Amino acid sequence: MSEVFSKSMARNIYFGGSMFFVFLFLGLTWHTNKELPKTDNRQAITEEVALGKKVWEENNCVGCHSLLGEGAYFAPELGNVYKRFGNSKEAIKAFMKSRPVEGIPGRRSMPQFNLTEEELDAIAEFLKYSSEIDAAGWPPNIQG
Amino acid sequence: MSTLKYQSQAVAKPYFIAAIGLFVGQIIFGLILGLQYVWGDFLFPEIPFNVARMVHTNLLIVWLLFGFFGAAYYMVPEESQRELHSPKLAMVLFWVFLIAGALTVVGYLAVPYATLAKITGNDLLPTMGREFLEQPTITKVGIVVVALGFLYNIAMTILPGRKTVVNVVLLTGLVGLAVLFLFSFYNPINLVKDKFYWWWVVHLWVEGVWELILGAILAYVLIKTTGIDREVVDKWLYLIVAMAFITGIIGTGHHYYWIGTPEYWQLFGSVFSALEPIPFFMMTLLAFGAVGKRKRDHPNKATVLWAMGTGVMAFLGAGVWGFLHTLSPVNFYTHGTQITAAHGHMAFYGAYAMIVITIISYAMPYLRGQGNAASWKQQYVEMWSFWLMTISMVFITLFLTGAGILQTWLQRFDDGLPFMVVQDKIAIFYWMREVAGVVFFLGLILYIVSFFVKGEKNEKGIA
Repeated sequence: MSEVFSKSMARNIYFGGSMFFVFLFLGLTWHTNKELPKTDNRQAITEEVALGKKVWEENNCVGCHSLLGEGAYFAPELGNVYKRFGNSKEAIKAFMKSRPVEGIPGRRSMPQFNLTEEELDAIAEFLKYSSEIDAAGWPPNIQG
Repeated sequence: MSTLKYQSQAVAKPYFIAAIGLFVGQIIFGLILGLQYVWGDFLFPEIPFNVARMVHTNLLIVWLLFGFFGAAYYMVPEESQRELHSPKLAMVLFWVFLIAGALTVVGYLAVPYATLAKITGNDLLPTMGREFLEQPTITKVGIVVVALGFLYNIAMTILPGRKTVVNVVLLTGLVGLAVLFLFSFYNPINLVKDKFYWWWVVHLWVEGVWELILGAILAYVLIKTTGIDREVVDKWLYLIVAMAFITGIIGTGHHYYWIGTPEYWQLFGSVFSALEPIPFFMMTLLAFGAVGKRKRDHPNKATVLWAMGTGVMAFLGAGVWGFLHTLSPVNFYTHGTQITAAHGHMAFYGAYAMIVITIISYAMPYLRGQGNAASWKQQYVEMWSFWLMTISMVFITLFLTGAGILQTWLQRFDDGLPFMVVQDKIAIFYWMREVAGVVFFLGLILYIVSFFVKGEKNEKGIA
């Protein structure tokens, strides 16, 4: 680069540009937080949902599944599993309870987590809450 | 016999050795995961997929951090023209980090994750169970302590010494790394908020502050190996990191399309993240320009190869493969498919694994008392490992991309087929990926072998 473009100009672009976009990002974050109640389904958050999220995290569900498209890609998307299972919490619970301890020969299988009835109810309720977040029309179809 | 300019640079050596060791662990678990994709009950229920994946991704993060720390300990004394503030602190932190990391991995493998959560007191401050941030809260606290001690040591070396652009950019990147990690402690019940700020760690690391660390290491190695003017590199480095922040900060928006955030993020995210390849392209230009117009022929050819490879592979993996699925109308269909996995693999290897190997390749001969380069024989083997690992990573990426395109087509269009039905249909791509993975592993073995190859000492030196 020629002498016309000096090092201090480059430095100013770095510091000035970075600061500008940091503040723009913080501004958008502030606005997003203001708008979130319209889409994030917070009215559905109960004690049970909170427990469900904890069960979700403490069994590392995201290590195989995705939730709203984020996580691992080894097992089905669960952001809409409540709807895929016919809007049935019972179906979710029944699926989790029926997982064989030793797996299925040659196939991928979800582990048997031996959750209590309370935990099963909570995780199903958490997945129902997740399915009712307004995610801009995603996923494209019921398969997730 | 040491050939170091500053004796305290020697603390970098254990960091680099640990990085390579953990890298081996990462790849072994990668092979397990790849096999589980096609042989569903492999190692089940002893090592279920989620456990192997945690080990794979966490080891990646930890070995890259070891690499970054080692790089800083090696570069900063030379750039600041003074000894490291406290080599002793650096060694204490090394052992703390290594033992904490090892215990965490043992914890993942030895007990069910829920048990690990219980015995490490996740109830007190629940931070576990989120992708890449699976570490027990106590481990996260350990990471913060290590990062702060490290920053103190580096800052106390840089601030009283010579302040080069490499140092300033490196320090900014490292401070950003430590500060943004604090968001891993924020885990609200509200899933949308949880995801929103989770990306402040994950995206703002790899598509933000880590690019500063990458840029600084690349600039340093190019100055040393090509003799390019600092003035020129300094300007480039400032512009590269400026573009990284200008595109990458608002580019975070490409993760805010489908998680319950306002829809304007689709516009912001698409526009800015589409520009994210620019800083990587500039790195490629810088690397090739510096080597093309080099003022000296450094005898360490392997390092120059790694440096140019970093430029190309970072641009392809982070830039091109990122762009492929970053526009929101495309991402609507590809979000959370194997396309993401393809991008993730090549981007992490091309940008971060390769830059760490670049600095290791440059520094190790000095750290081992071999002069400014290893023997030709040794470099020859190292360059073979470069091609084996890099080409097999290209194939891993291509096979995963093939899997991802088919998956998107079969599962996401019209009514779509169920997830597992589609997985069975694309299994051939997973098999080919696994074969490429085995070749990658052989390349890694060869890389380690290269350190033990005997050969005539390099004559052509500039010391």
